[in-house]
Amino acid sequence: MFTDQPNQRLLPINTYPKWKYVLIVFVIAISLLYAAPNIYGEDPAVQLSALRDATISEQQIEQIESAWQEEGLTPKSIESEGDKLVIARFQSNETQLQAQEIANKILNPTLDEQDYVVALNLAPATPDWLASLGGKPMKLGLDLRGGIHFLMQVDMEQAMARQQEQLRRDFIETLTAEKPSIRGRVETIDNGLLVSFRSDEDAERAYSALYKSFIDRIDINLATQGGRPVIRAIFNQTKLQEIQDNAIDQNRLILSTRVNSLGVAEPLIQRQGSDRIVVQLPGVQDSALAKRILGATATLEFRLVNHEADVVAAQQGRVPAGSKLFESDRGPIVVYDEVQVSGDHLTDAFASFHPQNNQPIVSVRLDGEGGARMLRTTTANRGNSLAMILKESVPVFEIKDGKRELVKSNVVETLVSAPRINGAFSTDFFIEGPDFTPANTKDLATQLRSGALIAPTFIVEERTIGASLGAENIEKGIMSVIIGFSAVVLFMLLYYKAFGLVANIALLLNVVTIVAVMSILGATLTLPGIAGIVLTVGMAVDANVIIFERIREELRHGSIPAQAIDKGYSQALSTIADANITTAIAAIILYAVGTGAVKGFAITLFIGILTSMFTAILVSRGIVNLTCGHGKKPSKVWI
Amino acid sequence: MSFLNEDTNYDFLKVRKFAFALSAILIIASIVSFFTKGLNYGLDFTGGTLVEVGYEQDADLPKIRQQLDDININGAVVQNFGSAKVVQIRMPQQDHIENAKVSDAVLAALASDGSKVIKRDQSFVGPVVGEELKEQGGLAMIVALICIMIYVALRFEWKFSVGSVAALAHDVIIVVGFFSITSVEFDLTVLAALLAVIGYSLNDTIVVFDRIRENFLLMRKATPEEVINNSINLTLSRTVMTSLTTMLVLLALFFFGGQTIHSFAEALIVGVLIGTYSSVFIASPTTLALGVSKEDLMPPEVEKEGEEFDAL
Repeated sequence: MFTDQPNQRLLPINTYPKWKYVLIVFVIAISLLYAAPNIYGEDPAVQLSALRDATISEQQIEQIESAWQEEGLTPKSIESEGDKLVIARFQSNETQLQAQEIANKILNPTLDEQDYVVALNLAPATPDWLASLGGKPMKLGLDLRGGIHFLMQVDMEQAMARQQEQLRRDFIETLTAEKPSIRGRVETIDNGLLVSFRSDEDAERAYSALYKSFIDRIDINLATQGGRPVIRAIFNQTKLQEIQDNAIDQNRLILSTRVNSLGVAEPLIQRQGSDRIVVQLPGVQDSALAKRILGATATLEFRLVNHEADVVAAQQGRVPAGSKLFESDRGPIVVYDEVQVSGDHLTDAFASFHPQNNQPIVSVRLDGEGGARMLRTTTANRGNSLAMILKESVPVFEIKDGKRELVKSNVVETLVSAPRINGAFSTDFFIEGPDFTPANTKDLATQLRSGALIAPTFIVEERTIGASLGAENIEKGIMSVIIGFSAVVLFMLLYYKAFGLVANIALLLNVVTIVAVMSILGATLTLPGIAGIVLTVGMAVDANVIIFERIREELRHGSIPAQAIDKGYSQALSTIADANITTAIAAIILYAVGTGAVKGFAITLFIGILTSMFTAILVSRGIVNLTCGHGKKPSKVWI
Repeated sequence: MSFLNEDTNYDFLKVRKFAFALSAILIIASIVSFFTKGLNYGLDFTGGTLVEVGYEQDADLPKIRQQLDDININGAVVQNFGSAKVVQIRMPQQDHIENAKVSDAVLAALASDGSKVIKRDQSFVGPVVGEELKEQGGLAMIVALICIMIYVALRFEWKFSVGSVAALAHDVIIVVGFFSITSVEFDLTVLAALLAVIGYSLNDTIVVFDRIRENFLLMRKATPEEVINNSINLTLSRTVMTSLTTMLVLLALFFFGGQTIHSFAEALIVGVLIGTYSSVFIASPTTLALGVSKEDLMPPEVEKEGEEFDAL
């Protein structure tokens, strides 16, 4: 079944065509290149990043640098990425801590204006030429570098309740709009509503009206319950999915903004399953602090624009009482402090297109009370502009002896948008803008939704791994890999002699290739991942063992060495393929159903299977062919 | 160098009744233990809080228990972890303290007498997550077994697929039984190891099956018993060799890999031993018991299946 290709039969046995050697050399070269960044490791670094509208100027960098030098802290290098991010590398962890403290004092001189985050970071020490080729070291999992892991659950029942409330109002509105209007009693049921009517006729009319308006959102059917005609309306799969996705997306966004304020280098905020979010904060140790920050709040407010105010005077500091100055894309705007409608009343916001001119817009929905207030505001203020303000509480830190301490929380207000009021509106309205694009309306909708907490989150799992434990895990993990690897290498050498050497070279290349593939893919190395590599090392020799045992067998049966080698390799192929494919199936399933540790293990196992197929079959035979193939006729093989 | 005689010819099938009996006893013992004694589930499965702390001096365990008692922490397990200076405390869900705050309360209590305590590791897992994990783990196992069964049935023949899955189920049950009987903690890494055992044991079984298939075509006059025996013998040195190298690495993990992967390595060591045994004494005899014959493998050879490997 797995035989050599016919054209190779024409060549002397144990001969590879040139392209195969080229391929082998090419793959090995690439692997060495991309595995190399892992040798250089990482430098302790201080990362300066500007929040919101702030930027980091050349002057600030120079000022910080000279302050560092005064204390005898000379960074290895300072790199700027745009005007928002600067990374300074240091020699040791201690200088890094001191440097962080100094930089923070310069960038955030007062507690009220915290426009910069000064974070500790580990920057890859990959040389420039290698980095420019895309070389980067493997990422280390939390268990290897220390940090906090949270698994947060989004309360989907709350998100659903809001949607049901919205649908209930829409139903009543539709039914009253019918002529003559239909009356029914609405109850909530799982994932939808149940409406009961007095007569069959009412129910049928209601059915056709509701069907027409809502069939894109709900599955609807007519039935009787307790002798009364009822309509059962359940959100359809698409809508259910959308409710879930929106709730998760919104919470993820909120969490991201908050995590940004923590100044964590490389945080991970990721959806897991249908209703959970994973937050990983490498390097952070204080879980109580992290919890307070993730639990902070953001709200949305609709306020009127103060058109009477003198903008120029306001910019110079003379802001009228009861108003506040905001910066927007279209220049400064003065907004009243009085809140017309708060974000609590917002039930939904989504990007869509204007029904007439097809321009991108953001559709907004308020609940009944919000709608009533909005109607009052818009009727009285036609022609004015309505500002939407996002209010967040941002924690403020001070760094003392390398420890962060939460000093207080600042409330930060950001202007989201300030469209003109063109007419009176209540619960449902949309926002249009001259510079709206489908992309930025989507962002705006998410931002608006994030102001209204439609679904609370709570922590269902929490792990803190101490930095010292991480270091210990790394050290022991690598130690066990080296010991296990050496034992196997020695054993193979003793048992298979010359061929053992070949297998060992293949094995070594296998580890290099695994590391290279993981680095290229940006996969994260975890402790179970190390275990996966170790297991692969143990199992990777299997392919060579199968081949070598076949060769020995052929020799015992009286084959000449060249033939024994040829048969050994070709007959073992189908066995190796079958065995590896089945293991790969197991690895894929592990990855699909597993979480965290199991996933990490599955990734390395799967990559290991692929690379070991390459090294243990192709590379191993390539070496053997080069040394005793190509027409050479070895009289004896050392096996 | 070679461990075994060059041409071994053991009659493995002769002892199959004994092997089946032995396995039956092990399986029954495992199942009985699983249902009566259960598993010593780790935090990942039960939910609760774990705090691992490091002291500067050797830790005083009775005192720590007293300190926990003082703040009304119930059902805490306090033990040394890896060294006398490191202590691991596991607590079930507490009624009177909010879950997310338990670890902070514990640390405060431990430090109250002025000892220098550093937090090395801390986890809190909600009971819901643990329940799900149990379900997911079981599901993963079943899905893996089914997929493997399908693959083997396609590549070989259904009797082989039953044989391989029987051997795998055998291995999983016995390894789980081992954890139940010895009360070694069963955590997430052990689950990962269990799934790896499936991979490993399968690997072993497939190598033997492959030989059986080949030999059915070569040894045309031989009885199925002879073919199977011969195949096991021919692959024996490979089976032993691979188990040995894998075992070398696992021992390195067990002794040098640190506490955190101790139980992972332990599960794999037991799994590799059982897996090697089952691929010789359980998988092939099962296919024989199902009446595998030459004819099963003769019909239309799937011609160019695996074409992609030809290039290798």
